[in-house]
Amino acid sequence: MKKAPAAPEGSSYAARVQPVEAAGFQTWLVEDYAVPLVAFDFAFSSGSSQDPDGKEGAVAMLATLFDEGAGSLDSEAFHQALDDKAIEISFSADRDLLHGRLKTLTRHIDAAFGLLRAALVEPRLDPDAIERMRAQMTANLKREAKDPDALVGRAWRETAFPNHPYGRAARGTLDSLPRIERSDLVGLRERMSTRASVAAAAVGAIDAERLARLVEGVFAPLPATSALVSVPDVNLAGMGQRKLIDLDVPQATIRFGLPGLARHDPDYMAAVVVNHVLGGGVFSARLFKEVREKRGLAYSVHSQLVTHAHAGFFSGGTSTKNERAAESLAVIEEEIEKLASEGPSADELDKAKKYLIGSYALRFDTSTKIASHLVHLQSEGFPVDYLDRRNQEIANVTLEDTRRVAKRLFSQKKLLVAVAGRPEGL
Amino acid sequence: MAHFRLANGLEGVVIPDHRAPVVTHMIWYRNGSADDPQGKSGIAHFLEHLMFKGTKAHKQGHFSELVAELGGQENAFTSNDYTAYFQRVPKEHLGVLMEYEADRMKNLVLSDEVVAPERDVVLEERRMRTDSDPSAQLNEAVQAALFAHHPYGTPIIGWEHEIEKLDRLDALAYYDRFYTPENAILVVAGDVGLDEVRSLAEDSYGRIPARGEPPRRARPQEPEPRAHRLVTLADEKVEQPSQQRVYLVPSYATAAPGGAEALEVLAHLLGGGPTSRLYKSLVMDRKIAVAAGAYYMGASLDQTRFWVYALPAPGVTLEALDAAVGEVIDEVARHGVAEDELTRAKTRLIADAVYAQDSQAALARWYGAALTTGSQVSDVQQWPARIDASTAQQVQEAARTWLAKPRAVTGFLLPEGEEDEGAANLEAASAHA
Repeated sequence: MKKAPAAPEGSSYAARVQPVEAAGFQTWLVEDYAVPLVAFDFAFSSGSSQDPDGKEGAVAMLATLFDEGAGSLDSEAFHQALDDKAIEISFSADRDLLHGRLKTLTRHIDAAFGLLRAALVEPRLDPDAIERMRAQMTANLKREAKDPDALVGRAWRETAFPNHPYGRAARGTLDSLPRIERSDLVGLRERMSTRASVAAAAVGAIDAERLARLVEGVFAPLPATSALVSVPDVNLAGMGQRKLIDLDVPQATIRFGLPGLARHDPDYMAAVVVNHVLGGGVFSARLFKEVREKRGLAYSVHSQLVTHAHAGFFSGGTSTKNERAAESLAVIEEEIEKLASEGPSADELDKAKKYLIGSYALRFDTSTKIASHLVHLQSEGFPVDYLDRRNQEIANVTLEDTRRVAKRLFSQKKLLVAVAGRPEGL
Repeated sequence: MAHFRLANGLEGVVIPDHRAPVVTHMIWYRNGSADDPQGKSGIAHFLEHLMFKGTKAHKQGHFSELVAELGGQENAFTSNDYTAYFQRVPKEHLGVLMEYEADRMKNLVLSDEVVAPERDVVLEERRMRTDSDPSAQLNEAVQAALFAHHPYGTPIIGWEHEIEKLDRLDALAYYDRFYTPENAILVVAGDVGLDEVRSLAEDSYGRIPARGEPPRRARPQEPEPRAHRLVTLADEKVEQPSQQRVYLVPSYATAAPGGAEALEVLAHLLGGGPTSRLYKSLVMDRKIAVAAGAYYMGASLDQTRFWVYALPAPGVTLEALDAAVGEVIDEVARHGVAEDELTRAKTRLIADAVYAQDSQAALARWYGAALTTGSQVSDVQQWPARIDASTAQQVQEAARTWLAKPRAVTGFLLPEGEEDEGAANLEAASAHA
């Protein structure tokens, strides 16, 4: 049995990645024969921001349809073909990317890629499948119609990006879903599912030569160019606004945010460190300590940096009982102001860097996670060697950097806040 | 892999995976919410929160800061039958994790100042998970109806009025009873050596004095159900109605040989995806549902749950949908299953075991959940073979014996004002059945 050499401690991740050229793009391959499976992830550089006006949810619907019948196999036959061999093929759309994922046992690699080829090259988009997916998406929207997280997320986005695709409902609305027609889906598929801008990665029991042949087989029939609607860069709007959605629930769900940074901004890594100190996923984060631990105000309180292709922002959230909603928001605002004016302490900086550097390895412990992360890096425009540079970028962040960037992010800025519930005092 | 027991009774399982320099370290206690004392629901879960509040040697936050500094992730969870604590870190730090985890097994320190705000946190968690969500409230009521006597019918997080009264002494009493080396299982998965793990365990957990016998768990058992129950919840926040049926069925621990495996296969065949019976009949052929599925919770110390659920298409009543679900199940009970669908279900389930090998964390959870609910290491290892051995006859038998209506609670989630209609229609439907 062929085994890739196990990477010795502290050695290069990048060295384990082989860029494989096929069908006009690179698939980043990590060969590993320890487990008899292959995970293949890819993404087309276009997402729900391509929804036509008034037809929000179209790209998401298209994603649900790739595995609902292809070539001579109708939906039932296609699913049976997958299930007969325990092959997993799925698609999803986020704002900027249309994702595909394949997972297969090694003995069914050829069959798996054959089914993937059919799904991408000849999806049937049968009318009954479209209606079925439309009904499922509609039911899902109804299920979250009065869900506090969904309500607050939508209100926040609509205010943050009022005239931009990012402010629209990526999974559609009850009004938009019925308007989507088969011709819309066919048109989107033709424009988006192309070889023009593909990020791809494969992890598992397969060698470069075989992978190249299979990728060629799947993607070569696709058009070489895309005809995408151009999405402009946009800045966050609505600073200082508070959107209140009345909902008869005992808890107020709060979402807050501010403009952030683009992924390739030179200050980005310092911002990652600053965000980690404020509300990253550890028990020592300032928000966790002040809101949850000290005051028992909430079970969950967190913040994160989000980078879309055309916008970057900082956002966070919490849920707290209505009577204490105003107090929770005040504590959060206070902590953000403190961080803006004083920056992190040297000790916080040191601990944040240790966490961010040490935890990087945890992203690479399953084939599917590795494949997903490699696609993520590629689609953000990073080369393979970034895998080895990333930790050094974190290590290079100085205390002065974090002070400056905390000011840049938070100083004099008024949060955009959305709240669902019956918060007292807001 | 390795399986060992220390002199003080602590059981250990080691699952090597050398593909990434990462280790998953877990401690599982053989107790969960079903072992909460009467009147003190939520104490197992509350104690799980309080385990992060510090020990004699290491004050509150110290362990978590250490894990974070190592670049690790940590968390804990409480279920009906087990409570588990875990960290994932770069592999060279395993020893230090064991030291801290062993320390809090023995030396937890709690003060009222620390307990009170955490109780508030738990109440917020309950508000977030249940009190703001009609679907969760229905689920709570369905479980309480399914388990009229057994403590699986009590929510893991506890009833609000009982959480409010939990205090430091309740937590310490529970801790003293259950957090002992005889009652604990160490599961380590990742880039580690078998001997290395044992040796580190001896140096840390091994120093905790044995208590003698592990604590005995004796839950009041659920009597044989004789009456089908309907539970409905209507709320103005509900825009998408939903139907579910939950049956009381044997678990891996309580079933006759092959019985739980047959239920596992049956669940997949009935509702495991787009090729399943429920999906094909209700969603594709009759078009009365937009989604349908089934799920079997086999890893359970006592009798357990088998769910079937569906979302109605617009204009379809929940009674009609529920009746249709019943027809699909009856079809299997009366006429059995075809070889091709049986093979397909088994292929999928067995492949899951291979796919699980890709994730050290998934494997660790699989073993931990099995060992705390009455199974052995060999049961986990032989699971794929036992699934493969399931016959069409056994699957049909499982449907006939266990998916009988008196064993079930039906739950309807409805928009406001429709709950009485629902019950009346169901009675009318039953009268004519």
